[in-house]
Amino acid sequence: MDIVMKEQVQLALDERANKDVYVHLETTNGAYASHFDETFFSSGAYIRNAKLKYIHSKIAGNGPYRIGLKTDIGWVYAEGITHYEIDEHDRLLMAGHDFNGKLAVSLEISETPFE
Amino acid sequence: MEKERQVLVIFPHPDDEAFGVSGTIAKHIQNGTPVTYACLTLGEMGRNMGDPPFATRESLPHIRKQELQNAAKAMGITDLRMLGYRDKTVEFEPEDKLAQHMGELIKELNPSLIITFYPGYAVHPDHDATGAAVIHAVKNLPEQQRPKVYCVAFSNNCEEEIGAADIVHDVTEVADIKLNTLKAHVSQTQLMIKEMEESLKKQDPAVMARINQERFWTYQFD
Ligand SMILES: [Zn+2]
Repeated sequence: MDIVMKEQVQLALDERANKDVYVHLETTNGAYASHFDETFFSSGAYIRNAKLKYIHSKIAGNGPYRIGLKTDIGWVYAEGITHYEIDEHDRLLMAGHDFNGKLAVSLEISETPFE
Repeated sequence: MEKERQVLVIFPHPDDEAFGVSGTIAKHIQNGTPVTYACLTLGEMGRNMGDPPFATRESLPHIRKQELQNAAKAMGITDLRMLGYRDKTVEFEPEDKLAQHMGELIKELNPSLIITFYPGYAVHPDHDATGAAVIHAVKNLPEQQRPKVYCVAFSNNCEEEIGAADIVHDVTEVADIKLNTLKAHVSQTQLMIKEMEESLKKQDPAVMARINQERFWTYQFD
């Protein structure tokens, strides 16, 4: 993955607008957070292969970045995005890695379902 | 260490065997006991991506699958089963179906010993759910047909609640195999191995004991 280049990501987001896409969205502290620190409140959310069509998208911030997708009747957003890649299946993979290189958030957009 | 007829190791993640069980597995294999390793997921939700990142959410399972195969080779395991569940979703599977799946494996392999996680004392929800399904499956067997079940536990409260481990294997003689198994899971163990090798150099007794002694709790069915 590469460090986010804002204009490149915006272009990639625009290219995938107004068509059916599959979305992976995830936030996580890891399953061990509360094991190592019992005062830590662990939380996270995950959705894989949500099928939707967004009509507008924006990457915001100065890094880590925020990304929002507007649909006809709602929104998708992710915060803390640091890296991106367009993989060999032309999927737009975006992720936020913390200071130890651990994934904390992931937002991915594909025109075909994820495995 | 008691000689077994067949060992069945059941864990949810590709590196679950590495730190606490790989020495025991290697010793069983050296004893001539066949060992089957059934791994439920490919650790798709692992968080270690490296800095700079060497993996993506989508490439990670392919990397970890290869690492699992390398680890199996390092331990001498020839029967590796990848069961096709998804990381962090095991606890949401219908419990009776999961137990049934475990039951089919047990029936096929007829192990004298099963190694899995101690349900409720294994921290990660997938660990607890896997252990629970295995225990459920073994409970379904008539008492005299039940294999022994050795559980791995490491929650902060485990010794308080279930006492000290009753089975302790010294695996010093296969320490190199264990280190190679850990190294095979490089995407997940990179940081840990660096620390470990430092401690090994210093022969830090607490760390040596943690690496060289593998601890299990025999599951009591009644
Ligand atoms: Zn695990």
